[in-house]
Formats: sequence, structure tokens, C-alpha cells
Amino acid sequence: MKLILKNVNALNPFQKLDEKGVNILIENGIIKQIGNLAETDFNDAKILELDGKYVVPGFFDMHVHLREPGREDEETVVTGCNAAANGGFTGIACMPNTYPAIDSAEVVTLIKKESANHLVDVYPVGAATVGRKGEVLSPMAELKDAGVVAFSDDGVAIKTAAILKRSLEYAKMFDLPIIEHCEDESLAGGAMNESINSTLLGLPPIPSVAEDLIVMRDILLAEYTDSKVHIAHISSKNSVQMVRDAKKKGIKVTAEVAPHHFTLTDDTVKTYDPNTKMNPPLRTRADVDAIIEGLKDGTIDCIASDHAPHSIEEKEMEFEYAPNGIIGLETQVGLAFSELYHKKVLSLEKMIEKLAINPRKVLNLNIPEIKVGETANLTILDIDAVWTVDKKKFLTKSINTPFDKKLLTGKSLGVINKSKMFFEGSFVEI
Amino acid sequence: MSLSNRHLLGLKDVPKEDIQLILDTAVTFREILERPIKKVPTLQGKTVVNLFYESSTRTRISFELAEKRLSADSINFAVSSSSVSKGETLKDTVKNIEAMKVDMIVVRHAAAGVPLMLTKISNSNIINAGDGTHEHPTQALLDMYSIREKLGKIAGLKICIVGDVAHSRVALSNIYGLKTMGAKVSVCGPSTMIPKYLEELGVDVIYNIDEAIQENDVLNVLRIQLERKAREYFPSIREYSKYFGIDKARLEKNGKDILIMHPGPINRGVELSSDVADGSSQIILQQVTNGVAIRMAVLYLLGTHN
Repeated sequence: MKLILKNVNALNPFQKLDEKGVNILIENGIIKQIGNLAETDFNDAKILELDGKYVVPGFFDMHVHLREPGREDEETVVTGCNAAANGGFTGIACMPNTYPAIDSAEVVTLIKKESANHLVDVYPVGAATVGRKGEVLSPMAELKDAGVVAFSDDGVAIKTAAILKRSLEYAKMFDLPIIEHCEDESLAGGAMNESINSTLLGLPPIPSVAEDLIVMRDILLAEYTDSKVHIAHISSKNSVQMVRDAKKKGIKVTAEVAPHHFTLTDDTVKTYDPNTKMNPPLRTRADVDAIIEGLKDGTIDCIASDHAPHSIEEKEMEFEYAPNGIIGLETQVGLAFSELYHKKVLSLEKMIEKLAINPRKVLNLNIPEIKVGETANLTILDIDAVWTVDKKKFLTKSINTPFDKKLLTGKSLGVINKSKMFFEGSFVEI
Repeated sequence: MSLSNRHLLGLKDVPKEDIQLILDTAVTFREILERPIKKVPTLQGKTVVNLFYESSTRTRISFELAEKRLSADSINFAVSSSSVSKGETLKDTVKNIEAMKVDMIVVRHAAAGVPLMLTKISNSNIINAGDGTHEHPTQALLDMYSIREKLGKIAGLKICIVGDVAHSRVALSNIYGLKTMGAKVSVCGPSTMIPKYLEELGVDVIYNIDEAIQENDVLNVLRIQLERKAREYFPSIREYSKYFGIDKARLEKNGKDILIMHPGPINRGVELSSDVADGSSQIILQQVTNGVAIRMAVLYLLGTHN
């Protein structure tokens, strides 16, 4: 099958590509031609009139909870991948807090098998310790052979400094990062950020220093072991500063932020809507400003959704009892473009770096290039499209989002990968 | 005259006129409580459900009595907190109660925000009888009523809330209400029991109980919740009692006749000694009586709200 992306702006800062108004010919999933096409190329081809829209390397979300195995009522590998495709992603990394946890090659194989025929590439993150309990190292070498791209006890931080040190040392053999959910266990357990709002709402607080303590610990141990640590969903001002300082010292630390942490503050919790409850919690304006600064100066490398589907029943509970987390795959691109690109925090090139290039760099994955002979792994973007979030139209199985009905600017029109295309809401033969 | 809101979820943002109206209405009901026949037909035909997810004998009985004195049909619905994670959800429970055609729901819950949640799933008038460590508006109203009854006013008084402010649902409601009515409010307790950023509400924080006694006209002494996690926030009951407990000797030392209030139940020998709890300066039992009158006023004003 031949596909022509007609009149597009091809942009990929990784290969320093910036071509305006070109045509891209894709045949059997491979890029055959970029530029002016011969008239014969148009014969029998499926033609997408794109009228100056951007074509960029396929976006990658490195922090997704797929819930399979264990909570298939909330999300499966396939529904999660559908949501990813709908949100503009051609690749995702899925977190190991499933039931059972991704702490054996069998679970990795199951996820790989479930996603094998999907457009979206799925890279499991293995548990750092057996059952994510923080006691015994998981079989990291076996997990790596089965296909994991990082290790994490996500949901919690690796329990003790001793086990983290060992995890960093062991993972270093494979040059894989440890992804950390940074939260001191003894200060955890609250329902929202500690601020004037937690006092006003009478909700048990989680101080931001709970995050900072573990970020500091992790940076020190990354330095000591000369191994890689990646800070997941960074949310506090001090943590951003510590990562900035660590990077200056050459410590192998990277960081990601979730869209809700640069979009919302804990003022939003005033409604007691459990869709504003996540961990790390929404923080203050000062934290949001520090995150935006961190995105700007490169302290924060990646944007990742922390897509966390939960059942309606669970999210309709009392705020204090409801589980943490919101879905994010299908709002991430819109939120990021609205809050960062259109508010002139990041250039289009920087947006692509944080959404497509850096996540793959952190996980040692190949970065797709828009080049003749390469596999087409692309996201088609309408950066100026104004649209309203409608959770009923999501492809994820869950609807726990605080962004329903929000007006956003910028969206993915479609994605192409593995000789498959998803365009304007549905899979299309190519 | 009617209230500006058809629910009573807390005292935050409740205008002065509303608090004044509740306090004034309660005077009438307080008088009824002294009559041989303590019942009026005001809420005849109205059904009130006392939905208690947390056991609280006093508050429940106070509401129940208030409802009965107003001739409302009252139903007690006690739900054990152990059924939170299994069985019927809060939403289903409330929808079920609603289906039985009730008019008002008095709710007590261990989780903050539940009364607000109920306003979104129910058409009844919702009265907050205590939600988590958030608010307990009728307690604060009866405290204000008792202060006004005893001292003739609220505006201009200096009132200190003493004890475990962080784990209290009474403190916040008191702070909002008293400040709205023009009092100067401070808090005093171990620093671990004063929520961070509380000063932003415009209250002074002091850590010395003698200073609190000297500086104030009223002490509203909170219960130390020995059964809760609160116990971890100070070294020992002995130390708490020594540095924050109020006994006769301490009051005499400060040479001060001060109004001592307590929402009950008292931990005798911890936050208050028996000689103070039973002493002449206390109005603790009057608070209890006034509680029924205040709840009658709230039920009446909301039940006849259009």
C-alpha cells in the first residue's frame, strides 16, 4: 500500500530536519520519498491532504499504567494502546505496578504478546524488587532479556537506600535507568499537598519535602554508584532545583513531568473531586512556576502522562478513600501544547524533544528519523486545532480526568508506525 | 428572614447575617427547652435522616432531640466505617435514602468533604455534623451562642482555641465563625498539632498556655483525641498535661477569671483538671443544652428555607 502525506511540514530536531510544504511517500510502512513526488507516485496511493500540518517523530509516553495483568476492568494492554494512538503516541513504557507485578519474564512476555500486533510499541518497565516490596532484587538480567527498558517500584520509591544502591549498581551492568517515584514512606499517606488548602479542606497533608527527601537520596546514590536515575512525575520546586544542580555536576539524572503538574495547582482540590487526587499531589503555584522554569531550561527532560486509569466506583468514593491518579494519554498533547507551546514556554522543537526524543534517549531506544529508507514512525500534528476534551470519546477504558470539557489548542491528528495508521479517531489500512 | 444557603456545610464564607439569625433564632428555642412541654409543631411532616458514618453519641442525640422537639420524623442511619471499602458506596446509600422521600440529611463522616459531595447527589438540605478534620459548624455555633449568653457579646472578645487544632473539626469552624462575628482568635497547642500555614487565616499562634490564659477572655479547650493517631504528635500525656493542661492552680497563678469551654467529652486530667471542669467558670454543660437549641434553629431555618 502506498500512502502520501501531502503538503506537510516535516520537523525533527534530532536529525535537524525542518522542511516546509513537502510530500512524504510511504510504502509498506517505509518512507520512500520526501519532497516533490512524480505524478506516477500518486497512482493507487492513499492521499492525505494535510495542508501545512506538522509531521514529527512519533511521540513517546514513558509513564503509563496499563493495568494488565490484574485490573483489566480499568485498562488492558490493547485499550491502553488504542488510547495512546488516539493521543498521538507511537510508543509507551508501562509501569510495573500490575497484579502480579512486572517482576518476571512471564509478565513481560504477556504484555509484549498482547501488544505485538498493535501500532503502538509497548516497552515494559520491570519492577526493581520482587513484588515491588523493596526487599529482594528482581531478576533484572532476565527481565532485560525479556524486553524491559528500565526498572522501577513505581507507586512507591524503592524502599531503602541499601536496596536502591544495589538496584543502581546492578542495573548499571545493562546501562538501564532506575525510574523513581520519589516519596518518603514515613511522610506519605496523606490525601493532598500540604498547604493552606489542606488546612482549609481538612484533608490529611503530604508535604512536598516527602518528595524532596527521596530526590536528594536518589541523586546522591546515582552519583555514588555512577548509575542512571530518572525522576518520575517531578512536582516540587525544591526537587526541580536539586535535579538542576545535579545535572550541572554531571550526575546521571533525568526527569519527567506530568501535564497536570504544570497545569493545575492544589486550589483545584477545593471541589473535593477525586479526579483532582493524584500522587504526587497537585502542588502550589510556586511549584508549578518552578516546573515551567525547569522545562524551559532543560532540567526536566520529558513530558509523561502518568496515565492511571481507575474504575468509576473507585473514583466516586469519598476524596480521602479514592485511589490516586488520572488518565492522561488522550489529553497530554493538548495540555502540553496549550500550556507550553502556545504560552511560549517551549519552542516547537523543544516540544518534540520532550514528547518524542528525550523519553527514548532516557530509555536507550532508537529515535525515529524522517528519512528515506526509514520505517515511518510519525505523529501528525495540528498545533493550532482548538478542541474540547470529551471523556466519552476517549479510547481508554476509564474516564477519571479533571480535564473533561476543557478547551485545548493543539492535537494529534494521527500516528503511523509498524505499517499501520491511526487517523482522526480510527485505524486506517495503509 | 432566611439563610442565604439551603445547606449548612461549614462556617467558611457564611455571612454574619446568617450566623446572627441562627443565634437569635436559637434564643427562642432555648426558651422552649425550659418549658414543661418541650415540643413545637414547626417541622411536622418533615423527615430528617441522621446519617452517621462515625459513631458520635452526643452529636447524634443532640440532633435527634432537636428534630423531635420540632416534631420532625427522625431516622437514625448508622453505618459502620468498616463497610467503607466493601459493600454499598456512599453514593448508593444516599440515593437509597433519598428514594424514601426525606427532606433533610444530617451527616457525620470521617472523611472531609462528604457533606459537599452529598449536595451533588441529593436534593435534601444537608447539615454537616462533622466531616473528617474539616468542619463541625453546629458545634461552633453553639460555642458562639454560649459565649454570647455568658459574656453578652462576641465582637471584640479575645478567644483562644487550645489543643489539637490539626486533628480537630471544631477548630476551623470556630475560627471562621468567631472571626466573622468580630472576635480576635488565637490558637495554642504543641507545635506539632498546629497545622502549617494556619496564620494565613489571620489567627495568632502561641505555644505557651500561661500566655494564652493571660491574653484571652475565653479559652475553647479541645479534646485530645487519645484514640486517634493524635497520640503520636506529643511525647506523653504527662508532658501534654503539664505544659498545656489547665488546672485550678494554673488559673490562680495567672490571677484570671476566664471562661473555659470544652466541646466534650473531656479527658479529665489531660486537657482539663476536674476542679476546672466542674468549677464555676465552666459552661460546659450549658454548651450541651445550647447545642440542642442551636440545632433546632438550624433545622428550622433550613427546613423552612424556600
